[in-house]
Amino acid sequence: MSSTLFLVQVLNGFQLGVLLFLIAAGLTLVFGVMDFINLAHGVQYMLGAYLAVAFYGAFDNFFVALVLALLAALAFGLLLEFLVFRHLYGRDHLDQVIATFGIILFLNHAVRLIWGAAPLTLPVPEFFTGSIGLMDGLLYPVWRIVIIAAGLGVAALLYLLVSFTRIGMLVRAGSTNAAMVSALGVNIERLFMFVFGFGSMLAGFAGIMIAPIISVEPGMGTNILILAFVVIVIGGIGSIRGAFVAALLIGLVDTLGRSFSIDILRLFMAPSPARTVGPALASMLIYVLMAIVLYVRPSGLFPARGR
Amino acid sequence: MAEPLLHLQGLCKNFGSLVVTDDVTLDVHAGEMHALIGPNGAGKTTLINQMSGLIAPDAGTVVFAGDDITALPPQTRALRGMSRTFQISSILPGFPVVENVALAVQARSGSSFRFFGDAAAEPALNIPAMAALEAAGIADRANARAGELSHGEKRALELAIALAMRPRLLLLDEPMAGIGRDETERLVNLLLGLKGQLTMILVEHDMAAVFALADRISVLIRGRLLTTGSPAQVRADPQVVAAYLGEQME
Amino acid sequence: MASTLAAEAAEPAPSRARRIVPPAAIFLILALLPVVAALARQQYLVDLATRVMVYAVAAVALDLLVGYGGLISFGHAAFIGLGAYAVGILSAHGIGDALIALPTAIIAAMLFAWLTGIVCLRTKGVYFIMITLAFGQMIFFVATSLAPYGGDNGLTIAARNTVAGFALMKSDRGFYYVTLVCLLATYLFCRALVASRFGRVLRGGKQNATRMATIGFTIRRFQLVAYIITGGLGGLSGFLLANSAEFVSPAYMSWQQSGELIVMVILGGLGTLHGAIIGTAVYLVAEEWLSGITENWQVIFGPLLVLAVLFARGGLLGLGSTLRQRLSEGGGNG
Repeated sequence: MSSTLFLVQVLNGFQLGVLLFLIAAGLTLVFGVMDFINLAHGVQYMLGAYLAVAFYGAFDNFFVALVLALLAALAFGLLLEFLVFRHLYGRDHLDQVIATFGIILFLNHAVRLIWGAAPLTLPVPEFFTGSIGLMDGLLYPVWRIVIIAAGLGVAALLYLLVSFTRIGMLVRAGSTNAAMVSALGVNIERLFMFVFGFGSMLAGFAGIMIAPIISVEPGMGTNILILAFVVIVIGGIGSIRGAFVAALLIGLVDTLGRSFSIDILRLFMAPSPARTVGPALASMLIYVLMAIVLYVRPSGLFPARGR
Repeated sequence: MAEPLLHLQGLCKNFGSLVVTDDVTLDVHAGEMHALIGPNGAGKTTLINQMSGLIAPDAGTVVFAGDDITALPPQTRALRGMSRTFQISSILPGFPVVENVALAVQARSGSSFRFFGDAAAEPALNIPAMAALEAAGIADRANARAGELSHGEKRALELAIALAMRPRLLLLDEPMAGIGRDETERLVNLLLGLKGQLTMILVEHDMAAVFALADRISVLIRGRLLTTGSPAQVRADPQVVAAYLGEQME
Repeated sequence: MASTLAAEAAEPAPSRARRIVPPAAIFLILALLPVVAALARQQYLVDLATRVMVYAVAAVALDLLVGYGGLISFGHAAFIGLGAYAVGILSAHGIGDALIALPTAIIAAMLFAWLTGIVCLRTKGVYFIMITLAFGQMIFFVATSLAPYGGDNGLTIAARNTVAGFALMKSDRGFYYVTLVCLLATYLFCRALVASRFGRVLRGGKQNATRMATIGFTIRRFQLVAYIITGGLGGLSGFLLANSAEFVSPAYMSWQQSGELIVMVILGGLGTLHGAIIGTAVYLVAEEWLSGITENWQVIFGPLLVLAVLFARGGLLGLGSTLRQRLSEGGGNG
């Protein structure tokens, strides 16, 4: 195992972590502020990717596609909120689970009907193609660096928003006690709409940014959503800081685990069983991590509501 | 003097920067009826919650029958002989009234990890349950769904559940809240009848009831224990009158 | 608007006749179905009913957990998958008798339920839902990475399990009745459980956990046992599923499968046990019918679910209990 390979995987881990953060941030706020379990958040991510592909096909320019897809994702998120979600605040979590499950079923297959089941691709924007040498012998794709930078940028922006603006304060207050915020005369409906729309946009943004690297296909939101859930559960519901820390942690653990599980196991066993057991163990790694964290801290590392 | 049944030592509890329990040290003697009074927001319910184990104090200890129970969860304290009623009735609305009480009996009648047999038909559980319902005065509502009871009936059910546990210490959190004059009288007589058989801590605003029942009274103001004494002493204490009783007695 | 989970707590307790007739009717219909199907030459009914019964075992168990225990587990498919893979893996190694496969399936599922339950039950509310979902996903990924056992593509089983050497399950009709017996046993066991001391504590915990604690019950212990029992019954369902399809695949434990199980339970009315059987039947029949219309039948079904939750009085659960009331009224008058 070379150190270059290790560094590449660390960077990949950061990239996954940053992506997870973008998705988890919106999700954790929706949970924290509205106590709403939104299983359909993953389709926002998927839609971002599909919209980016669609707009790129129409305008042949990534950045135009990016802006349009973002706006479309925001619009769609607000539409969903208006049509369905706002009627479910305060309802049983079971109702929310069923309703959002229905939305996933619908959208996953609607996408299939509209775009077909075959995976789609989106080319990396010209300026950012290829790899650059970060250090001796270490070549890393430029676009992945862009993703990491964009994700960190969004994280910084979120931090500023939440800590220093009025709306950020309302979101923080709402995470701790939504009823009180409402009782204090804040238009809670508009706050919810803002949180939801913003979260959808973040997820859509993640989908747009990742589209050039992976294949865009129906159901791509599913796996990443579960990872995002694990991030939130570990980070603490309602906490952006928790989501950030947990997302990076999980990105690193998952990526490094998958890359090096076989190598690590080869230290203890023969190559053949290592090749069988390795991937299986690697896929369990983040869940075991989640189990350990929850066993010690059932409300996550940085719970918004305090322990 | 004999060791107190319940001894609170230096209990402190803060919620953020709000001090709710301020260094409370208190003894409750076996067999006594000890009342806890004070204005709203004084922290009486929080203190009861710390006694019964629903809230963990930030500092201090709770000693029950000589044992330090500060770290024990509510269910363990219940099995050791501490039972309580809640200020807002906390019952099982989907069960019949008698099953609400039978469950309290079941907790201390052998293993509940029995997977067969009709629990609702067990006489060993239902008979003591009915007796508790009789004492509380709602035996006639035994088969009604607990969620359908009137407010006063729910308060009575609260009490029946607590009594069915055959407690050594009974914590009563505003049992007379929101019930009418007749009911209150009934309840006062019931509690008078229980005096001496078990130890009781009574949180109440109804001063007539408090002075009729209490052997000793503790006064809590803003989380701090102002004084403890006999009803006569407390009634005459100028500090107490100024801080609280002045408003209560016309 | 009253919460949907509490809605069924406010209904009056039905009379004894009303309580026995619906489930008795269901099992009578199931018992006679193969005969009727043969007479009407509609063999596919037997296949469909078999599928319904296999999933109903898991659904009834899930109703115990969700409807009576108040624990919304979104990872129930994991237990089905574990049971199925127990059968598949044993078969791949030449062990094909139910006397070994069935206990293995159930114990494997119960073990997983115990280990994950210890962690899950330390949490509440949305945390619990998400953690059960995550653990279900974990097992799914483990299954996809088991290359010797088919990985993503799944594993074909040589033949259905023999029972103590006898090929009881080989014929479709034989398998049908074995499954029916399993479902009946599951139903009766869960019924007894609900009425028992254990069941009463579990139900109490769902209604008012604080009160139960101050009475003297450590509710978490009871919930863990319920979780393990439910898991084991899921393993039974998986055993039946593997034998039914003679094929095991990671798809058995996808989260979509877990979601579908919850819908099945709710469709029939939460907290009734036999309702879960009805709900499973309704769901699978609807799936058959809708997929005849379009391959992407979820495009129709998804919005139906959403509409039901939004507009059915008391949500989907209200719809379920209205359905159940109408059905039991029909049974009561019979």
